[in-house]
Amino acid sequence: MSEIRNELKYLPSHEWARLEEDGTVTIGISDHAQDSLGDVVFVELPEVGSTVSKGEEAGVVESVKAASDIYSPVSGEVIAINDALEDSPETVNGSPYDDGWFFRVQPTDTAELDDALDADGYRNAVESEGA
Amino acid sequence: MGNRTPLYATHVAMGGKIVDFGGWDMPLNYGSQMEEHHQVRRAAGMFDVSHMTVVDVCGTHAKPYLQYLLANDVAKLDGKPGKALYSGMLNHEGGVVDDLIVYNREGHFLREGHYRLVVNCATREKDLAWMREVGQDYDVEIDERPHLAMIAVQGPEAIARVTQVLPQYAEGIEQLSVFQAHEADDWFIGRTGYTGEDGLEIVLPGEQAEALWKALAEAGVAPCGLGARDTLRLEAGMNLYGHEMDEQTSPLVANMGWTIAWIPEQRDFVGRQALTDQKAAGVQDKLVGLSMTARGVLRAGQRVRVAGIEREGVITSGSFSPTLGHSIALARVPIEVGEQCEVELRGKWVTVSVTKPAFVRNGKALI
Repeated sequence: MSEIRNELKYLPSHEWARLEEDGTVTIGISDHAQDSLGDVVFVELPEVGSTVSKGEEAGVVESVKAASDIYSPVSGEVIAINDALEDSPETVNGSPYDDGWFFRVQPTDTAELDDALDADGYRNAVESEGA
Repeated sequence: MGNRTPLYATHVAMGGKIVDFGGWDMPLNYGSQMEEHHQVRRAAGMFDVSHMTVVDVCGTHAKPYLQYLLANDVAKLDGKPGKALYSGMLNHEGGVVDDLIVYNREGHFLREGHYRLVVNCATREKDLAWMREVGQDYDVEIDERPHLAMIAVQGPEAIARVTQVLPQYAEGIEQLSVFQAHEADDWFIGRTGYTGEDGLEIVLPGEQAEALWKALAEAGVAPCGLGARDTLRLEAGMNLYGHEMDEQTSPLVANMGWTIAWIPEQRDFVGRQALTDQKAAGVQDKLVGLSMTARGVLRAGQRVRVAGIEREGVITSGSFSPTLGHSIALARVPIEVGEQCEVELRGKWVTVSVTKPAFVRNGKALI
């Protein structure tokens, strides 16, 4: 069973979101997602300074197997991206919740995260997907 | 639950990630497809390909039957015990029912008229039905061998590792030329493969497969899943049934022209007339390689555009190339294609280089 962290919020499309102490939100893909995708070879991230909208496409992750859109769980301005993924996309496989994060957003409304799944909800979603 | 090979439990025990593959429960990878791919290019890896179908053909008409069934000519194998031939098996319209390897087993049986065919897994029923239909007018036995397992060991160290594990067959293996098999007991060891590396494909009784697999693993041969098999074969520019060719695709547009034996002219074979007509009318498409060093991955089904030509092409197989570090593809395109063409990548047209349909051979980049 892949790791699902209790402190994070999740989208059914397998992105995770972490509300940081400074009010920003960090976004990546779940352990289950990286495992399903297999070896990640490219990650296309939004530009710093651009705006993303909740539930809309904000980037693409490509593995040897398939390409998947990345959706943002919140609306806001992109204030940082994980540049290291350009040279080492495989970091997403090895450390999906830590070193393999994708981008960070200054959200317009952190309450948007309330619509995302908690860890139990995501666990159920993954299990029903596999059924 | 799908069909399972004799190695299924071993794959699970060794951490193989099992997926459905043409109705078979097969390992996609054992952790990292990329790492398995590199193991084959740099040392040795092994694949369970027991889901492929082994069919033995014998009888007084075995040779004329295969000369009619296959576009390539098994007469090329005469007097060459153990030698193998790659061929398309066509329908009357000149489409490809399947591609296969046929071995001459005369050395083993000390007389002519014994052949072994290895065909795809996904097309097993269709292939056998077609072989039997074409065989109705011939005195042949068409004998499927479902209890045999098949393990492909590939890579620059493959032969050394196999002979280390199977010293009793070492002498026979070391004498093999490429596309030739050594047969002893119920074992059939061919110097063939699907990765662009040297290596062997070992057909053996199913109940002995697990012991061989484990012994090879102990000798340092990396267990590999079918994911790596696909990136390796794509780098090698080898066709995959259902992608580069199918019943609607002529071998003439699938880079299989070299497998059609036109001579002798009096040899009729299934599809010959259709191919002759196609040639006379002019072939419109061909299979090329595509190379893209920009970010992104070429995928099967993406549209291809050639400047000045209205008719579009299509990518038949595409992936990231672990050896080259960028994306490559095989594509069926208008024959007028030049050095570049455009591929529609997620809504955007991207310029890519056109290459020969082979990218890596014996560990070396060809492009």
